[in-house]
Amino acid sequence: MVEEKKEPKKFSLPKLPSFSFKDFRLKTQVGKSMFRHGYSDDEKDRAMTVLTNVFFHLHPVRVRKSGARFGFTWCAGGLSFFVFLTLVVSGILLMFYYRPTVEYAYNDIVAMREHVPFGIMRELHRWGAHAMIITVWLHMFRVFMTGSYKPPREFNWVVGVILLVLTMLLSFTGYLLPWDQLAMWAITVGSNMARATPFFGHEGPGAALLMLGDIPLVHAGSDVRFALLGGRFVGAAALLRFYILHCVAIPVAVVILMAVHFWRIRKDGGISAPL
Amino acid sequence: MIEVFKEAVNQFSSPVAIFTTGILLLALFVALPALMTSPLVAGAIGLLTVAFFIFGYFDPHFGEMVARPDNIPIVGLIFIFGFFTWYAMRKAVLNDALIAAGKPPKEKEESEEKVMVFPYLIYIEFVVALLYAAGLVFWSLLIKAPLEDPANPALSPNPSKAPWYFLGLQEMLVYFDPWLAGVLFPTIIIVGLCAIPYIDNDPKTSGYYCFRQRRWGITAFLGGFWLLWILLILMGTFLRGPNWNFFGPFEEWNLHKVVPLVNVNLSEYFYLKWLGIGLPKNWFLRELPGFTGLAAYFWVIPTLLEKTVFKKLQERMGTARYHILILLALLMLALPIKMYLRWAFNLKYLVAIPEFFFNI
Repeated sequence: MVEEKKEPKKFSLPKLPSFSFKDFRLKTQVGKSMFRHGYSDDEKDRAMTVLTNVFFHLHPVRVRKSGARFGFTWCAGGLSFFVFLTLVVSGILLMFYYRPTVEYAYNDIVAMREHVPFGIMRELHRWGAHAMIITVWLHMFRVFMTGSYKPPREFNWVVGVILLVLTMLLSFTGYLLPWDQLAMWAITVGSNMARATPFFGHEGPGAALLMLGDIPLVHAGSDVRFALLGGRFVGAAALLRFYILHCVAIPVAVVILMAVHFWRIRKDGGISAPL
Repeated sequence: MIEVFKEAVNQFSSPVAIFTTGILLLALFVALPALMTSPLVAGAIGLLTVAFFIFGYFDPHFGEMVARPDNIPIVGLIFIFGFFTWYAMRKAVLNDALIAAGKPPKEKEESEEKVMVFPYLIYIEFVVALLYAAGLVFWSLLIKAPLEDPANPALSPNPSKAPWYFLGLQEMLVYFDPWLAGVLFPTIIIVGLCAIPYIDNDPKTSGYYCFRQRRWGITAFLGGFWLLWILLILMGTFLRGPNWNFFGPFEEWNLHKVVPLVNVNLSEYFYLKWLGIGLPKNWFLRELPGFTGLAAYFWVIPTLLEKTVFKKLQERMGTARYHILILLALLMLALPIKMYLRWAFNLKYLVAIPEFFFNI
């Protein structure tokens, strides 16, 4: 009698229910409803990946190989858009805790700093704003150095210049919101320039010519600086105006112009290449 | 030894010395692009800059200035744009050599070929965005966003500075009145940038890095960007202290530094110094020398150039384009010209009509 040697039973972990993303994608109704393309690596499927995804669809299905190079574009435009998105997200979170009034603004910022351990939303927003200015300048620099502003892309360059100005205005209006000494005096210095606007600023050349009899039409209470600040100095009204410009008015303009800018890249023949 | 070096740097530093050095460097860069962008020379310049900042970091004043949280992006700016200026010009130089040899630029090889956006481009974008986001998060974790004392309209800090990206404009205030530095020049910069593709509209040189075929355009752009924008921002940030006085990089900001105000108007030069008679009462007569100068600058120069040196250019571009180009170029040059007039002759205003706030 040969006793069969029983192998000692190996210990094995109980089998966990496995989740296959591929099966979810291709076999369930939920997965199939989300994505409208297959899961293979052929060209048709890759084309469908771009065509059926609203975010990827900013791109065409194919691009010139030269234009897809990091060394050609430096990704500066794309990064400007990306950092804009991070600024929107961090900005929305900041808006939950911030009230744009002289009584509360500064204290809300202090509270954010004191009460949120390891909080970095304000840092992300502030450094992101600096970074966005740098990437936008870098993008303009790259587009110039490759001559990509030339026909047929002239108009998109103009849209880009306006976006560049709006980027700086976004940062400028946000600069006031912490309502500390740096904020108030930087905006005071910046907005003082508006006083000197020809004809429309009360210390600008030509403003003194705009008289109705003896009454000056353009004075400290009616010039462009007053319109910008909502007062004769940087005060409560300026804080509210800058808040609304920063959080609503300029972002809306930027989003619309970005849509035009991205759309025009494709309509003007994609990322530029030698003729 | 170190103190001697710092003292020498401080002594050398002045707006005129720094600006002139900038012009010379740029001139060298565009005159000898192949040499200046060679890895050896460019690397040496880069290393020297890094070494200067590391050295300066241990100086109490310089160290405090560059490590100030809001100044970090401005230090970064020097290196980011320094690197990418080199990178773009290096590619341009290599392409120039190819074109000179009768070959198409390097981008041409790959521009006929197309790649699928997914995954090739999306992959690059994803990786770059990830690195960028990681960089931002690290930056935010390392350095707290500063917060100063609550806003106090009664207590103005000295110096009061605009946000850093507008400091070039604030620096221009030294040389021009606010209606020019703060209103007209920004407007002209924006309009001028928008006008670029309508002035320089030859599509043959688009889509690749090159320098020789676009020598004047790129030189003007680099001059405007580096000298009239970035350099002024750097000066405004790091070298302008209380009362907007100029300080060397290693010089403590002394609140009581006395700078004599000796600036003289052109009308005073003309009537008092040269003719030896009093200033005329009538403002138009008084400012006639200034008006004449401006008219010569903006009207005679373009017309003369049109008839002589730029004859071919004018024919090629057409009258409207030519005159817009020359006007924008003259306006751009007006800034350094006024700066040098100030440094050389203490000239305050070319035209000064305080009656109408109209000073140039």
